[in-house]
Amino acid sequence: MPYISNTDREREEMLKEIGVSKFEELVVDIPEKFRLKELMNLDAPMSELELSKRVFALTGKNKCTNVFNSFMGGGIYEHFIPAAVDTIISRPEFLTAYTPYQAEVSQGTLQAIYEYQSMICDLTGMEISNAGMYDGASATAEAIIMSIRKTRKSKAIIAGTINPRYKEVIKSYTEGLGIEIEYVPAVNGIIKPEDIEKAICEKTSCVVMQTPNYFGNFEDMFAMDEIIHKTKALFIAVVDPTSLAVMNAPCEYNADIVVGEGQALGNKPYFGGPLFGFLATKMEYNRMMPGRIVGETVDADGKRAFALTLQAREQHIRRDKATSNICSNQALCVLAATVYMSLLGKAGLLEIANQSATKAKYLADGISKIDGYSLAFNHPFFKEFTIKTPMKASVLKDKLLKKNIFAGIDLAEVGEENMLLIAVTEKKSKNDLDAFITALKEVNND
Amino acid sequence: MTKTIFEKSIPGRIGFILPQNDVDIKINDCIPEKYRRKNEIKLPELSELDVMRHYIELSSKNHFIEKGFYPLGSCTMKYNPKSHEAFVRSSCLMDLHPYQPEETVQGALEILYELQNDLATIAGMKNTTLQPVAGAHGEFTGLKIIRAYHLAKGNAHKNEIILPDAAHGTNPASVALAGMKVVEIKSNEKGMVDLVALKAAINENTAGFMLTNPNTLGLFEPQIEQIAAAIHGVDGLMYMDGANMNPILGIVHPGKIGFDVMHYNLHKTMSTPHGGGGPGSGAVSVVEKLEKFLPYPMVNKIDDKFTLDYSHKETSIGKIHSFYGNFAVNVRAWAYIKTLGGKGLRRAAENSVINANYIMKKLEKVYHIPHNHTYCMHEFVATNEWQKQRCFENLGDKEKCNIKTLDIAKRLLDKGYHAPTIYFPLIVHEAMMIEPTETESKQTLDEFIATMIEINDECVNTPEVVLNAPTTTPIRRIDDVKAVKELNVRFVW
Repeated sequence: MPYISNTDREREEMLKEIGVSKFEELVVDIPEKFRLKELMNLDAPMSELELSKRVFALTGKNKCTNVFNSFMGGGIYEHFIPAAVDTIISRPEFLTAYTPYQAEVSQGTLQAIYEYQSMICDLTGMEISNAGMYDGASATAEAIIMSIRKTRKSKAIIAGTINPRYKEVIKSYTEGLGIEIEYVPAVNGIIKPEDIEKAICEKTSCVVMQTPNYFGNFEDMFAMDEIIHKTKALFIAVVDPTSLAVMNAPCEYNADIVVGEGQALGNKPYFGGPLFGFLATKMEYNRMMPGRIVGETVDADGKRAFALTLQAREQHIRRDKATSNICSNQALCVLAATVYMSLLGKAGLLEIANQSATKAKYLADGISKIDGYSLAFNHPFFKEFTIKTPMKASVLKDKLLKKNIFAGIDLAEVGEENMLLIAVTEKKSKNDLDAFITALKEVNND
Repeated sequence: MTKTIFEKSIPGRIGFILPQNDVDIKINDCIPEKYRRKNEIKLPELSELDVMRHYIELSSKNHFIEKGFYPLGSCTMKYNPKSHEAFVRSSCLMDLHPYQPEETVQGALEILYELQNDLATIAGMKNTTLQPVAGAHGEFTGLKIIRAYHLAKGNAHKNEIILPDAAHGTNPASVALAGMKVVEIKSNEKGMVDLVALKAAINENTAGFMLTNPNTLGLFEPQIEQIAAAIHGVDGLMYMDGANMNPILGIVHPGKIGFDVMHYNLHKTMSTPHGGGGPGSGAVSVVEKLEKFLPYPMVNKIDDKFTLDYSHKETSIGKIHSFYGNFAVNVRAWAYIKTLGGKGLRRAAENSVINANYIMKKLEKVYHIPHNHTYCMHEFVATNEWQKQRCFENLGDKEKCNIKTLDIAKRLLDKGYHAPTIYFPLIVHEAMMIEPTETESKQTLDEFIATMIEINDECVNTPEVVLNAPTTTPIRRIDDVKAVKELNVRFVW
């Protein structure tokens, strides 16, 4: 039997040593009438060879973004990943290790997390990062809950321009907790600071702003800082980590908690999972944070060592008073991000950001010159932007699919049937971009 | 001294290059001054070889399954098949964007559809969501479903979840996150649910009962029928924490013994790798009356086409993950179920029970096993009590013989094993919880048993060896207090 070590003979020997004649005697606590008499109705077992053929057949039914010319983003981005990343995260030393509770035999995982936390702190300008969350959406929801705990107020003001997936997850995380959510609607693709100012009241625990926002536009985070910090509310910034190589570090606009989706840092899209969320904040809020945190310390010989710390916040100690229920996180994805950032280094991440932004600008300029198309907003953007389309975006997308192009994300969901959200990364060559522009022209002339 | 990657950085060194940018636009034309970062980022500057050496060096400091045995109770550290790693690295699984049109992801949806159904079959329930990405995330999902069920019936007052004091910490934490109240009941002297205490805790506000079964002592709850009847009597729902699902695969269906909702830990039961703490998958199965509350979308099959089904959005608890959960983890779990089938899963369960009983039998005269019911399921809980006692009888020195479970655990590290789960469950003083899983061979178990006997002898004769352990690991015991008091959570350079 695959992956079950003992032979039937060994099994019999062991039963004998235990002092029973058959397995059933070991499970007498299970009422007889509940015990299954037949095997479960599942597919017949397959060998590795058979299963690999099945996987090959199934994956053949998918069309993937490395063959199609893809411009999809919306929080999940296809940046180039050096092969060395997978080499490291495939190592069984990291892959099959347990959560690093036993520090003496987990220094590899622990130090890597410490390095990750350091990198996230550097990118965001924050003082403390946790070891990662499930995804950007749940990290945002947990940041809101954290602000409620800190301020003892009950209402979150959220920019209407945040990712709609985040809105959905925030709703399910907060609705049982009596947290009131108010969305401030966008005006022309961004949030007006005065609208935030109007929304804030004495109940406000936090204001959540995403920049670049879901449409790709930059929000005025400096103006928000001034408004929010006139009150006791916390300023939660949702950011794209790649953008931070060139865009304001959230400390510049005095964000209190910084969260976001980390997938773009060295992780494949994988149909949306695993992803990982990052969460970083100011030191003064460290005891309010959810998730694991690694700290540097020493061992009994005074040697530098790393260990999980501030565990008194966590569920295994505090139970229903814990700052979060999170236990397993997305550790291996966080490791991928750490190796990715180490390989890229300062110059590499900067170049990725530069190429993504400049290529996005090239494409946006190109599209805005085609008859029938225009940029939806007149705001600066990073690697993602919104266009107005001459037909329903859903129709346009279907037409482009036939040309092996994933055109982007249809914004009908947010009430804009003639808008398309387009993402560009460094992976696109000028040819890829020109081909997209040509195809957009063609489908409008069909 | 171990250097961090930052201390190895050499200005100007490069580990990565991109093709020359072929568009002629400057970054400053994209990002106006106001939005530009003021201080440069500070990532390390290293060659690819530098980076590889660094992380390979770190990797050598980890314990992992292929290196040695993990007798880690409640964690089911079974072997993770390598074919699964090859499968998930198929380009047309890795390079799938979650917003791709359905017709371009048919293979991916087919896998998810089959896994949903297979997990429902194994649970003996109606349907399964694959959206939760961890066990605690699954608990949260299941509890939200319980809450939604009561709200839909207009029973907003039903907001109390009863759970035994032997529960994992995530259980009460998840109840709190789901906006309900925890009512904890004491276990009886056998370590099982105390029916009297349970009945006293049940009232009209009872939303449900949350039970790990087999429980955290490794024992199947024999009164399950009475418990379910009592809870269902007030229209409460039965939640099964599936952390210990491994030993009952194909032996009982949770859905047929009174449970209404359960979560799996696919990173335990279905052999997906733990990854040093994640990613896992916390799939949740439910009985028919709860199906409409599952997170949206579900994967459905209409004629021969697989679709993402949002049709129950109105009644659903909503989304708890941006997309469809940890897809790559779920593919591995699917592959595991396909490889074992009904017969193999049952065999895995049986052998996990046999392996645990074999160790318990061989150690029951060596280590104190407080809740010894003659037989256990997949794990059992021992303590340090006899080691302490025997040492004192031998040496007559209380201080020298102050051997804690922690010390025994640390001594196991010296001998090439991971430690068992210790100080859990909380209802056992100085607990050490041992779970071998079915993938370990008799030889491994025999060696482990011999080692445990050896450690007992050390406790009796040379306790200092145990108290000072470990000495052969990459580092020795750490200073936890310093880690908190002199908090250093990032490298500043």
